Amino acid sequence: MAAEQGKVDPMHQFAIEPLFGTDHWEIAGYNIAFTNSALWMAISTLALLVFVAGGMKRQLVPGRWQMAVESFTGFIDSMLAANIGPAGKKYVPYIFSLFMFILFANILGLMPLGVLGIHPFTFTSHFSATGVLSIMAFAIVLVVGFWKHGFHFFSLFVPHGTPLPMIPLIFVIELVSFLVRPFSLGLRLFVAMMAGHVLLEVLSGFVINGFNAGLGLGPVVGVLSFLLMIAIQALELLVAGIQAYVFALLTSLYLNDAENLH
Amino acid sequence: MEPASAKLIGAGLAAIGAGMAAIGVGNVFGSFLESALRNPGAADGQQGRLFIGFAAAELLGLLSFVVAMILIFVA
Repeated sequence: MAAEQGKVDPMHQFAIEPLFGTDHWEIAGYNIAFTNSALWMAISTLALLVFVAGGMKRQLVPGRWQMAVESFTGFIDSMLAANIGPAGKKYVPYIFSLFMFILFANILGLMPLGVLGIHPFTFTSHFSATGVLSIMAFAIVLVVGFWKHGFHFFSLFVPHGTPLPMIPLIFVIELVSFLVRPFSLGLRLFVAMMAGHVLLEVLSGFVINGFNAGLGLGPVVGVLSFLLMIAIQALELLVAGIQAYVFALLTSLYLNDAENLH
Repeated sequence: MEPASAKLIGAGLAAIGAGMAAIGVGNVFGSFLESALRNPGAADGQQGRLFIGFAAAELLGLLSFVVAMILIFVA
């Protein structure tokens, strides 16, 4: 549906544009131009590296920065210990990177840098980005599961104590629920971020059109929408944290299946 | 009925799903809080399950949002 005159198009913010390079930069039919999505991935990686490097002082009495980094690593460590047990220790680097990368991406995408003319791009609002993250988690589950348990890994699809006549049915149901995991994992993050950004954009349209409507009812609508927008922005910051946490938590639960079966 | 108007009506109907998911998410957190106040000692250990329930309830609401978006922008 095309945007009408004077209406803010809520989907325009998700457009991927090449910043560096053109549409003709192709390898095997795939465009490799440096897009705004890639730029913000690089920025969040850089921010994450700076954040972690600042906390790697290993002082006996930690300063504020070291304390911040250590509380994040401790948080991931205790989450993995609770969900996987002692075997979860080796996944701390991966889950920590995953959680912090998504958290930084979500929060950087919400930063009001548009005031300065820099428009943040939330790459977690694209299924191609979150889908790759969830397929990586799925691949690790498959590799670990088959490496550790061999073909015994298929007992994951037949819960312990299933009556014999039920086994074919349960197997199919468990197999489908297993195969759907990467989709639901990636879809949740991408839709949650996209929904929030669309909502903010629609409200910003109300504010702009409200104030443009002239004196009378216009400013009332504008001010009310603006107050609502501030509240929604706070909610979105919460959602950014919760979605990063849920992604890391579900990845660790799936790893638990691979490590310990049922 | 015009196909365009049918699409918009369908998107509006999909919003019911978002409201239902709101009930679900409220149920998850409400039940958690209710039982956490009865036994605060056990509450911290159940936070993982709280967020799993939240994620499951929220995903279904988000799916209805996806349906609405597909109806408006894709179909």
